[in-house]
Amino acid sequence: MGNETKKINARNITDKEFFYGHKGCAGCGGSLAVRLALKVLGERTYTVLPAGCMSAVGFVYPQLCFSTNAMISTFAGTASMLSGIAAGARALGIKDFHAVGIAGDGGTADIGIQALSGAIDRNEQIIYICYDNEAYMNTGIQKSGLTPFGARTTTTPAGQNIHGSITQKKNMFEIAAAHGISYAATASIGYAQDFMNKLVKAKEVKGTSYIHVYAPCPTGWGTPEDITVELGKEVVDTGLWYLAEYENGSFKLNKNPEEFLPVEEFLRKQGRFRHLDEKDIAQIIESRDKKWEYIRKNWEVA
Amino acid sequence: MGTSKVFVSGNEAAAIGVKLARAHVISAYPITPQTVVVERLSEMVEAGELKAEFIHVESEHSAMSAAMGASAVGARAFTATSSQGLLYMAECLHYASGGRFPIVMMNANRSLALPWSIYGDQRDSLSLLDSGWLQVYVEDAQESLDMMIQAYAIAEHKEVLTPVMVNLDGFVLTHTYELVEVPRQEDVDEFLPPFDTENKLDFENPKNMCFSSSPSDNMEFKYQQHKAALKASEVIKKVDQSYREKFGRGYGGLVDGYRCDDAEIILITLGSITGTCRVVVDELRSQGKKVGVLKIRFMRPFPEKEILDITRGAKVIGVLEKDISFGYEGTVYTNVNSALIKSGRIIKSYNFIAGLGGRDISREDIKYMYEYLEQAASGAEKECVKFINLGVDTDGE
Repeated sequence: MGNETKKINARNITDKEFFYGHKGCAGCGGSLAVRLALKVLGERTYTVLPAGCMSAVGFVYPQLCFSTNAMISTFAGTASMLSGIAAGARALGIKDFHAVGIAGDGGTADIGIQALSGAIDRNEQIIYICYDNEAYMNTGIQKSGLTPFGARTTTTPAGQNIHGSITQKKNMFEIAAAHGISYAATASIGYAQDFMNKLVKAKEVKGTSYIHVYAPCPTGWGTPEDITVELGKEVVDTGLWYLAEYENGSFKLNKNPEEFLPVEEFLRKQGRFRHLDEKDIAQIIESRDKKWEYIRKNWEVA
Repeated sequence: MGTSKVFVSGNEAAAIGVKLARAHVISAYPITPQTVVVERLSEMVEAGELKAEFIHVESEHSAMSAAMGASAVGARAFTATSSQGLLYMAECLHYASGGRFPIVMMNANRSLALPWSIYGDQRDSLSLLDSGWLQVYVEDAQESLDMMIQAYAIAEHKEVLTPVMVNLDGFVLTHTYELVEVPRQEDVDEFLPPFDTENKLDFENPKNMCFSSSPSDNMEFKYQQHKAALKASEVIKKVDQSYREKFGRGYGGLVDGYRCDDAEIILITLGSITGTCRVVVDELRSQGKKVGVLKIRFMRPFPEKEILDITRGAKVIGVLEKDISFGYEGTVYTNVNSALIKSGRIIKSYNFIAGLGGRDISREDIKYMYEYLEQAASGAEKECVKFINLGVDTDGE
């Protein structure tokens, strides 16, 4: 695929669809991430998906929704199966292809982290995308390693004593970066152009790329289906998520809001956070501010 | 002529077989006593003798996942494991057989924890008999080498497309050195053409593989898988036959009967212990006893017909195995008895559980088993499931 350094925008993006006819919920952020990613990566792409929403909504025989080569991996084996595909294709002399893994937060940060770590360690020529909807949505909204503090899930119920998840989000972006990965980035489907252009970069990188894309889930989050993209924007504008890159050994913040949008308003839109009290929200803001202090001090800031 | 002889261990013989089969991708994680096969393969890749991608995966689960990825694009994939490692990839074994990936894997048969043991028994592979893999148990280093080549021919056969696990007894076979004949690469190339399948991800004809299927279709896929495993019986025999024609060595396909023609007492075995049994059979034959040994080579597909044919004249049979399905009996014994009862044959059969956790099985032990069977044939009441060579009294009596 090689030399197309051209940036992608609404005018030049392909009309072709590579993921369609699936049974994703209305307003699904994850399926949007997959659709956009494949538009950037194109026809000569091998896609590997573990058990999860995308394999459940797009991969039930005979309704197979990828028009490009794709396969479901074992839940823990996204990155290793992808490594095998890349190695097999190389061994057979197949050229000009992309091997992309698209896994959810559970498949990435929990059960699949060992295989992902191994693949980054080997610097496999693969792209790994984590679409992060912050819980195990396909099995019915259970807490994952990426469920944020305070979120109500079916395994972190919000009651009088405990207000939802008591753990913080595992920092997958920096975990990937700590391997000395060739390219890692965070993104959000609310900033689609940024996401797609990070994919353009990833496909030109020599070695492993990791892209962590924030992908709201109306079903799991208790939000209207028509505000998915809005939530994907606001999470960045409130500072609860950030757009950043890691390459050549250093971190770069891509978007540095002068002022953050109000956190409480963003959280209250979502059923999973509706129970939070002021103390909880204060804790979320404190944790956000601490993170941004660190980022602004240590990373290159746009 | 053209072939050469080398003095190698079972592990090394297997590595040579994989090289001759021109595996494209080797993904491996080390575990005792499998390690040597992947060390040798990595040396072959380093030296340029084997043009393959070697993936240093971080677990057995990943080893099999990577092998499946490679197979999915049409590459010939190999991995090897043992014991806990085999169990750790158990999920992937079902996946590989269901996805119809003709992967070949060497398993160094080793006991399972707890208690921890690095020594050989066959509880690892036999506990995964239902994983959809074809399972072969080899007897010596030569058979290890030859079976790697045969295994790809069987696995990749269009009507089989099922992965094959080649089992070598840990240490007894993996680490014992023998003189082995190495076939010429040109001859192997003629015998085993490049892997060619429609069941792959292909840019000319894109596919979605390893999909889900609802209750309305799922069973049909499983039925096809079963038919393919049954079909393998015929293919295994044909492959062995043509291997014999080409290389002068064959193994009898699914089973190998030794002095069973007129045998009244037959001991059924798996793997390397068969060699010792052959020696004991010769000894007992010289004393005029009508005994034989029947080596089951393939546990899946199960050689039902072959076992029935070979044991037709027997008065009593014994099954010697290095595994136990706790709370019942040995797995091989269950399978053999099932074949007998389905055929309507009533024959006395006994189960010898031996060699667990690497305990030695001596000639004396095997002689004892034949005596045991002889007494049973004469009408003595005997325990059906007998643990051989137990040391201390564990029953507290």
